[in-house]
Amino acid sequence: MNRQTENLHLQRELLTPEGIPLHLQLAGAGERAAAFLIDAFIIVLVLIILSLASFFASLSTTPEIMEVVWLLGFFVLRNFYFSFFEIGARAATPGKRLLGLRVTARNGGRLRANAVIARNAMRELEIFLPLSFLFASGASGVDGWLILLGLIWSGLFLFFPMFNRDRLRIGDFIAGTWVIQIPKIKLQTDMSDHNVSGVGFDFNSKQLSAYGIHELQVLEKVLRLKKPEAIASVAERIRTKIKWIKQKKENDLDFLNAYYSGLRKTLESKLLFGVRRKDKYHKV
Amino acid sequence: MSQAQETISIHLRSLQFRREREKDWKLLQELIERVEKSGAKSLDDDELIALPLLYRTTLSSLSMARAISLDLDLVQYLESLTTRAYFFVYGTRSSFMQRISGFFADDWPRAVRKLGVETLVSFFAVFLAAICAYVLVTNDPEWFSAFMAADLSDGRNPEASVEFLREGLYSGSLRDGLSSFATFLFTHNSRIAILAFALGFAFGLPTLFLLVTNGFMLGSFIAVYVPKGLGFEMGGWLFIHGSTELFAIILAGAAGFHIGWKIAFPENLSRLQAATEAGRTAATVVIGVVIMLFIAGLIEGFGRQLIKDDLIRYVIAISMLALWLAYFYLPRKTGNQK
Repeated sequence: MNRQTENLHLQRELLTPEGIPLHLQLAGAGERAAAFLIDAFIIVLVLIILSLASFFASLSTTPEIMEVVWLLGFFVLRNFYFSFFEIGARAATPGKRLLGLRVTARNGGRLRANAVIARNAMRELEIFLPLSFLFASGASGVDGWLILLGLIWSGLFLFFPMFNRDRLRIGDFIAGTWVIQIPKIKLQTDMSDHNVSGVGFDFNSKQLSAYGIHELQVLEKVLRLKKPEAIASVAERIRTKIKWIKQKKENDLDFLNAYYSGLRKTLESKLLFGVRRKDKYHKV
Repeated sequence: MSQAQETISIHLRSLQFRREREKDWKLLQELIERVEKSGAKSLDDDELIALPLLYRTTLSSLSMARAISLDLDLVQYLESLTTRAYFFVYGTRSSFMQRISGFFADDWPRAVRKLGVETLVSFFAVFLAAICAYVLVTNDPEWFSAFMAADLSDGRNPEASVEFLREGLYSGSLRDGLSSFATFLFTHNSRIAILAFALGFAFGLPTLFLLVTNGFMLGSFIAVYVPKGLGFEMGGWLFIHGSTELFAIILAGAAGFHIGWKIAFPENLSRLQAATEAGRTAATVVIGVVIMLFIAGLIEGFGRQLIKDDLIRYVIAISMLALWLAYFYLPRKTGNQK
């Protein structure tokens, strides 16, 4: 919910052709890595299934068929799995979809097929080169120091996203793309749309100007979460602040709902006159 | 419902605003969820026409909500919904087949033509390295093992007898597992090609190294056959697929150089922009290179086993080369360029 306030440094603005800016949330390194691991897992799983299938298809099989399946299968999957899914309309591999990520062009325009291919061909450098150095250490006859140097050098490419503020892989860098996260938010009910039974609340204008927009939205979150102890303590603090005397049979939740509606109405009508009161310290 | 609450609700403009438009948003959300789940095909014609309109309505709602509503949840919801719709409305719409045919008719040859100078550089890197290795190996056969990995040469070294070498040229592969060997060659070569492209990122130097190594291997391999009077026969054996394969590797090297050069010398673009532009051109070339290597692999796997006549091998080699050159470089009417 409060993702927007958490990761401001990963937020970028996209101006739509209609002239209205949208705020994009770049995917963090952790999400990217997790998506990749899921995809890698799927690739290995498909390879295992393929080789089992080719094994059962011809029981008289030679090891040669296995070799072809692994060589060709691994080659095709590793080079085309990512591109195939990202060229599609959803611009995301299954791993990315699971985490709500998608690839987009950095300039906000159309994501072209050659950009997708470019960003994925670079994986050869970022993932498979370090891996081949890693496996080379098992083979004899090559100087260990040389392999270590190679590993460090190729590791620089792997950890490239950690060293730039847009979390770009080298592939993204070359292709002009980045990976964003679009949370799927469900529309909840409006908190001012609540039924309040019984007690009427009549706040005066001084009481309704005790807080600003920030406090209003914190109150909104408290009301949505509906934790009894939070409700009780917030109600108590607001009563003290606005000098509201608790009436008989007054319910904390009703009080907060009524105060939320009142405060929002006040602040929104100020908004109509061009006054955006950020928080309680903001004098207007 | 109390009287006081009733009046507050009605007079909250943002609530009224939401009530009036909520139906459109929900409709857009439903369509977008369907598209994200099962693609644009799941929409019928009416829905396909309605979607961009709903997107614009919702976008203007977002703009409005930012101005008049303090309901955080509402603004975040509209933001996420319009962003999802934006990528559908302004995303890729051409079909997969359209893209494929566009690639062959236009994108690929155009990208190759853009890399003219780099292709020449790449060609000379391989060519000079091959000549070097040839001269060195013919003078002192000891050099052979320095240029060629033993498992790739399969005993075809300077000490091998003429009969052994001649047999190798006509009996198909020396290995038992023919198809696994062909697959190995294709994946190996393609990997080298993609690596040559990717390594261009380090200013093209590793690309150069890769090309030169390949040139060395080529030159030392030729140097095994020519002194034994098998040069002509070996040429047919090598170039029947080699004209395609070597061309592909040279193009992959050119793609790497292109990226390296543009990152080192971005001219009047920013380094990032230059890298992006170069990367897209080079990637187009490289995906074509993989296709070329696949064709080369087919010629190598089947053509060379079936065709044992040297002259026909040469005819195929030369006509393949002519075909590629004409396809890439002949001037033509280009269709609808972007």
